[in-house]
Amino acid sequence: MTLPHILIFGAAALLVGLLTRNRNRLYPMLAISILAVYTLQPALPVRGLDFWLPTATLVLAALSWFVTASPTERSLRGQWPTVGLLAGIVAILASTRYIDLPFLLTAGRPPQVQQVAVALVGAGLLGIIFSRAPKWLLGVWLVLLLVIFLVLKTPALAAMAGSILRGWTQQSRELASAVDVRWLGFSYVAFRIIHTIRDRQSGRLPAVSLGEYVTYVIFFPSLTAGPIDRLERFTQDLRKPLSLTSGDLLRAGERLVVGLFKKFIVADSLALIALNATNAGQVQSAGWMWVLLYAYSFQIFFDFSGYTDVAIGIGLLVGIKLPENFNAPYRKPNLTQFWNNWHMTLTQWFRAYFFNPITRSLRSKKVPIPIIIFVTQIATMMLIGLWHGVTWNFVLWGLWHGLGLFIHNRWSEWTRARAAAWAITKARQVILNVSGALLTFHFVALGWVFFALPTPDVSWKVLLTLFGAGS
Amino acid sequence: MDNGKQVQGPVSFVRVLLKGLLLFALVNLLFAWWDPGGLGKLSAYNILFRGRERLPFGESPSQSYNLSLLDLDAMFASHKLDGLPKPATEYRVIVIGDSSVWGTLLRPEETLAGQLDAAGLAACHGRQVRVYNLGYPTISLFKDLMFLERAMDYEPDLIVWPMTLEAFPLDKQLTSPIVSYNAETARALIEKYGLSLDVHDPALVEAGFWQGTIIGQRRNLADLIRLQLYGVMWAATGIDQVYPSDYTPAQVDFDPDESFHDFEPPVLDGSQLAFEIIATGLQAAGGTPVLIVNEPMLVSTGQNSDLRYNFYYPRWAYDQYRQMMAEHSAQGGWTYLDLWDIVPNNEFTNSAIHMTPVGEGYMVGQVGTNILEKACEAR
Repeated sequence: MTLPHILIFGAAALLVGLLTRNRNRLYPMLAISILAVYTLQPALPVRGLDFWLPTATLVLAALSWFVTASPTERSLRGQWPTVGLLAGIVAILASTRYIDLPFLLTAGRPPQVQQVAVALVGAGLLGIIFSRAPKWLLGVWLVLLLVIFLVLKTPALAAMAGSILRGWTQQSRELASAVDVRWLGFSYVAFRIIHTIRDRQSGRLPAVSLGEYVTYVIFFPSLTAGPIDRLERFTQDLRKPLSLTSGDLLRAGERLVVGLFKKFIVADSLALIALNATNAGQVQSAGWMWVLLYAYSFQIFFDFSGYTDVAIGIGLLVGIKLPENFNAPYRKPNLTQFWNNWHMTLTQWFRAYFFNPITRSLRSKKVPIPIIIFVTQIATMMLIGLWHGVTWNFVLWGLWHGLGLFIHNRWSEWTRARAAAWAITKARQVILNVSGALLTFHFVALGWVFFALPTPDVSWKVLLTLFGAGS
Repeated sequence: MDNGKQVQGPVSFVRVLLKGLLLFALVNLLFAWWDPGGLGKLSAYNILFRGRERLPFGESPSQSYNLSLLDLDAMFASHKLDGLPKPATEYRVIVIGDSSVWGTLLRPEETLAGQLDAAGLAACHGRQVRVYNLGYPTISLFKDLMFLERAMDYEPDLIVWPMTLEAFPLDKQLTSPIVSYNAETARALIEKYGLSLDVHDPALVEAGFWQGTIIGQRRNLADLIRLQLYGVMWAATGIDQVYPSDYTPAQVDFDPDESFHDFEPPVLDGSQLAFEIIATGLQAAGGTPVLIVNEPMLVSTGQNSDLRYNFYYPRWAYDQYRQMMAEHSAQGGWTYLDLWDIVPNNEFTNSAIHMTPVGEGYMVGQVGTNILEKACEAR
């Protein structure tokens, strides 16, 4: 989200918050979210794709409701206002192809209206079919999401998809690249949908309307960078009557101002000196390399947590209290606590839908505890790494943290009693916490070397330089 | 009231908003009223990291770790000269001039100043010659004068001032952004030395009160911060310019065109050339000697080279300019070096005045000899 986006969405949220006092605010929020899906999508080189991908997001969200709702709740009765709003806004946006607007709501010129109409009718028919969907469709839907995920996050597959799409639009396939299919917000949309699929499979998903479901999936403040809310918590807030008080506005304003400062002043300034693929090969001294690495470590934190503050601030304006994502992670005394306080909603998601099920499964097979911890930590962290992109460096980053978590687990198991016996005074506790925090921060910072750079060999050279062994 | 403590009511959002806006407006107005002109002197260069080898200039900051800005204080504060007290054993030479001095496509050590400094010239009286680059990539003698005046703060023993005809036309003296956005400095200079340039020239940008607020100054303030941040990258990498592996070489074939600005052949009107600025520069230097150099340029042998020497100059204008320079230097007693054709054609890069390191080397010998002569004359 750019600064103008944030200001416009903030103003729109404030307007909704003030005008819908104690009235249903679902539809204005849904309408803004639909527009946000199109407005935030960056322009793409493949003709029309920057319109089709946002449309696909909406179709995916709407069809996911049919897939995840229980058979008794799937009826379209009562959902027509949402269907009308979705189709109406898409149709209006498509019609801007023929109107000269002073501002653009879509990244590029929308495709022909008849194409959009056919797509909408197709989506509607799928909805009707899905309203009688068997239970096994949940699994198929999950696999479909994971396959799209895999394609988007694997550079070679994404480039292949770009090439195919270019073939359809009769554009040069030689120019195809992974950037061709940059689908904004898909990651977070997929996380939310997978959460509802898994909770439906375990019978924990609450009954929600189509409008509530789609708004949850594409909620505009958290569309691009989270946090990843839970459906039951989100709808609980959504259904509460909203009456914005001065206190609410101040809390929202404070989060917005803090978020904007973190992102656009601190993070963007640090970005000028942060480690990247270009400067990694230009710096030869260990001291300066550490400066660049520290800059990157703080840049990524302020960037991400700044966006989270902005999302939470805008959410508060429409009465949605999005979950926190960061809680001073660099001040935590060990790696386990770091991960409990860094991108918290993502780690909670992985814990709920990957780590815990695997742990339970391995325990039921009587696998020794250390092996369970080793396997689950490594697998979870590697999966989180791969979520950022299917590259060797993200695998190494995941491995680094997985091993770190395992070693910390074993170490703390071994030293817990000794540490407690030693840290009997306040001063000793402080020493233990500060040294732990410093060690943890540097472990995390060294991990960023893999995260920030594109290939293992560049990362290895940087690590050597950091420890004075560079060429 | 309860136990003498005031019970705080709910905070009003509107009141906080109004107070915030009022405070913001007040801080802006105070900033404009206070006019902290010397803010640029606050610099992390030479304190937290080393100063730059040449003045900041660059159009692609994220790659060159360098940027063009308009704050002369900040520019000079970022230069290594600003952090160097002059030792008694140093014979300090400052080179001013255009992009050929600054060193477009050259690394700092490959420029004229860089090569002269690396030559390790030992002056008479046991002093070591140290050479500093204060060139800046715009062509205007008035800009050079502005920089020369500032250079005097660094106690030079000699100023080397390479120049070319393109820097002379009167109508382009005040038009470069570094001059026009430092209007106050430019006007003061014009008035101080009684130059014939117009202090009300529209090229000199008048900054109003509102431009002095934080909002009005936001670009300059951001540039100031970026200059400090890129200083980290400069210190870490030694990079201050993008060095493309490929560039368009200087033009050698020309249309049959003999034009030079608004001058009409066959006579170059000397009254429209800023010779007075050279004389003023010598005056501004006071007792410090100035070595004036007519800088080398590409002498083309391509199509229509019988009409033009290069992209900049038709032969008729340049030949007369050299004649005038010789006459002025003789009359004014200048120390003048005419090096116009000492560099072979193949040692120019993307312009008729930008040279390769080897091309710069041709100048080093000649200028170096003159520096040593001047150093030995000085007591």
